[in-house]
Amino acid sequence: MSVRRLHHEQPESFEFTPENMAWVNKTIERYPQGRQASAVIPVLWRAQEQNEGWLSEPAIRVVAELLDMPNIRVLEVATFYTMFQLQPVGKKAHIQVCGTTPCQLRGAEGLIKVCKSKIAKHAHELSEDGDFSWEEVECLGACVNAPMVQIFKDTYEDLTEESLTQLIDDIAAGKPVTPGPQVERRFSMPEGGATTLGDIEDDTKGADPVPMAVSGSDAVTNHYAGDAINTGGPGYTGVPRPAQGGVDDFAAAYAKAQAEEAAQKGEG
Amino acid sequence: MRKIVVDGKEVEVPADYTLLQACEEAGAEVPRFCYHDRLSIAGNCRMCLVEVKGGPPKPTASCAMSVKDMRPGPEGQPPEVFTKSPMVKKAREGVMEFLLINHPLDCPICDQGGECDLQDQAMAYGVDSSRFGENKRAVENKYIGPLVKTIMSRCIHCTRCVRFTTEIAGVSELGLIGRGEDAEITTYLEAALSSELQGNVIDLCPVGALTSRPYAFNARPWELTKTESIDVMDAMGSAIRVDTRGREVMRIMPRINDAVNEEWISDKSRFIWDGLKTQRLDRPYVKVDGKLKAASWNEAFAAIAQKLNGVSGEKIGAIAGDLASTEELFALKTLMNALGSDNVDCRQDGAKLDPSLGRGSYLFNTTIEGIEEADAILLVGSNPRLEAPVLNARIRKIWRQGGLKVASISTPEDLTYDYDYLGAGTDSLAALAKGEGEFFATLKSAKRPMIIVGGGAMAREDGAAVLATAAKLAGEVGALSDEWNGFNILHTAASRVGGLDVGFVPTGKGKDVALMQEAAGKGALDVVFLLGADELDMNAFGDAFVVYVGTHGDRAAHRADIILPAAAYTEKSGTYVNLEGRVQQANRAAFPPGEAREDWAIFRALSGVLNKTLPFDSFVQLRAAMIAAHPHLGEVDEILAGDVSAVQAVAAVGGQMQGSGFAPVYSDFYLTNPIARASAVMAQCSALAKKRLAEAAE
Repeated sequence: MSVRRLHHEQPESFEFTPENMAWVNKTIERYPQGRQASAVIPVLWRAQEQNEGWLSEPAIRVVAELLDMPNIRVLEVATFYTMFQLQPVGKKAHIQVCGTTPCQLRGAEGLIKVCKSKIAKHAHELSEDGDFSWEEVECLGACVNAPMVQIFKDTYEDLTEESLTQLIDDIAAGKPVTPGPQVERRFSMPEGGATTLGDIEDDTKGADPVPMAVSGSDAVTNHYAGDAINTGGPGYTGVPRPAQGGVDDFAAAYAKAQAEEAAQKGEG
Repeated sequence: MRKIVVDGKEVEVPADYTLLQACEEAGAEVPRFCYHDRLSIAGNCRMCLVEVKGGPPKPTASCAMSVKDMRPGPEGQPPEVFTKSPMVKKAREGVMEFLLINHPLDCPICDQGGECDLQDQAMAYGVDSSRFGENKRAVENKYIGPLVKTIMSRCIHCTRCVRFTTEIAGVSELGLIGRGEDAEITTYLEAALSSELQGNVIDLCPVGALTSRPYAFNARPWELTKTESIDVMDAMGSAIRVDTRGREVMRIMPRINDAVNEEWISDKSRFIWDGLKTQRLDRPYVKVDGKLKAASWNEAFAAIAQKLNGVSGEKIGAIAGDLASTEELFALKTLMNALGSDNVDCRQDGAKLDPSLGRGSYLFNTTIEGIEEADAILLVGSNPRLEAPVLNARIRKIWRQGGLKVASISTPEDLTYDYDYLGAGTDSLAALAKGEGEFFATLKSAKRPMIIVGGGAMAREDGAAVLATAAKLAGEVGALSDEWNGFNILHTAASRVGGLDVGFVPTGKGKDVALMQEAAGKGALDVVFLLGADELDMNAFGDAFVVYVGTHGDRAAHRADIILPAAAYTEKSGTYVNLEGRVQQANRAAFPPGEAREDWAIFRALSGVLNKTLPFDSFVQLRAAMIAAHPHLGEVDEILAGDVSAVQAVAAVGGQMQGSGFAPVYSDFYLTNPIARASAVMAQCSALAKKRLAEAAE
């Protein structure tokens, strides 16, 4: 893990787009009034997506002001979590290679070698054209499909040095690529289809991942959490009812109970 | 209460005690770095590990585990804690070894050396050598202001400084960024800290990561003489320790006094000491042909005697400054009375306080500890954050616990806690006194409401009327009863309550400061004694002959016709009465420079020359005479409480308020007295504060 500090070159300013601002306001509503600071991680995350995949110093200040937090508190969060990138990442893709034991045993070191030769010598460095960057991360939870990489919100699994090279080339050329296993395999099923329980009909919900062109972090934002992994679902549109409503309900119920108790005592 | 056995000794402690507190209760010593009584619990240094029976089967951080979380034994035996078992010893050695892995071995050049928790605990609980052969981590030093110096490689990440600034000082500026080995303490983009209490992080830091910048490389703790004394930079009377080497004051540290300052002091109290060495008056001066010339004491006294010859008492006046001790005030008043003058005043800011109404009319009646019981506070013409930073921290402490409502009628400032802003001046106060506004209901329904009146409300022409309105309001909202007196005066001058106690105010036909200046301007006042009084308009004394008894070549010394060099507060013993009326004794830590003498001795010697010899030949006799005249001044560390009837008398004064806003008491917090104005450190802080203000205004 590298030393996580703000980048030496920073843009002048940062401003949420109107769509993202609406999303941020909805996210803040998930928490009761006065607890808006709880939204810091999702809001920082959205700021990072909008800001070409990395968090700038002005973005940290904007988030701090938005959530009524001291700047240093937001900086603490941003420097703590490795999911926040503090330096510019590849314009098209930032490749996070899992280097934890299962992936390493299945050849993650080879993937890192590919990244070093194809992208940049060191992690967090931009490639010459500025389109790519890479880093080694800890377990991303796809051990059954090891080795794997994550690009923004999608994972590309069961990779080999060749298939990762192909993946990088395809993204560079703007060709659509398909997230998920890069071998003949559906999710984490055995290669070549099911080997047991073949007589049970597969009625799992959700579709297979579909090919998409990877080009920057903002583009993937709207391909998140849909009915399929990347088919452009609606995304998060806010809770049905702000959290403060629940707090108010509880307070009202409590007050009512108190009043009833007092009334009973008065009668008794 | 729960029973718990610590090292075989059974103790009974409240269930919400932590194991660490329970161990202390049982007399067992538990080492710690991150745990501090007055801060929240972090539990990240792991030094306080103990072995428990009835808890998890591993070493437990005793600071973060509470007694109520412990299980009793199978037959209901109380849970057991071991602080000296082999497991604990090994665990502590392990923790200490890890802490020292990245801690530089620079104790010989570290200012914390000799008073370092890490040094002491490594000796007591560590092992003798390191097994770590790699390079130690190095961290860049951060600039966090002119007061606190950082040597960040030494930091062990206890986060005491972060918790102090956030929780107690109320400025969320320090933080721990990064994680693991890359964790660093810093401010956002290395901005300077803005708190008036930031110096306390130096004391809190258990290692040498945060040290005093002005004191850097000046002295070692074991070569300092430590004198317990009382601070005079504000009216709190904070307990301090003055560390001297030879004649020089090297630093000032807080002492613990739970009733007054807990264990904090303001930056002005802590870093003022370099002002004690510069701009000092070290010999008498006499003005000859419009120029001050060095003179001997005899020449100076002779010049005063000559001037006073034939001058009637009513044409002589004396004004006392903010730093004078009660003994000096008593001596000067006795001398003035002997000269036939009643023109004495210790209220150089012109506060309209009348001690004849009773002691309760000018005290912080609730007392500082009493703030902890308050549930609503109204600030009138006061910004406690600047006027008494440590008192403000006490208000913030209660506010953080919830339930305390605060409102302010003053200039709107950041007080480090939320408050309702009711308005800027007398109109808002008048409206509130009439029962208008929500906050009146809040005060009225509060069980223990407090009204704090500051200098902004008192030191004005209609000050008496403002005080009367506030006192009347206090009565109306039920702040005045036998067990609760919620009417408080927030003084800013250390000498003020003592001065009012010994009656250093005009009586009979005597003139107060404003009248004295008016008379001097008209030529009706011939001689004025200024006892360290520098916060006055020096051009207003007309042709009067000004005798300045003071310590620094400040405003008054420029105007003076005779300068008599005196001792600063660290250079003399004296009694000070703090704003709540607590009598406290300051002790001499050093000697005045050159020919300067203690103030009382100057008056005693002068009285001899004037043939009005004062009836005391030593400080002990003076103190005895003062106590004989004012017995309560002999009760050290006690408060003679003011009566509620005194507050009612203030309310009865009545009067018409002029419709205007309350002015801030301080235009510059860091430059409020002659010592502060001579201090380079205070000048730096002042410049920084001004810059911050200008930036905020943009």
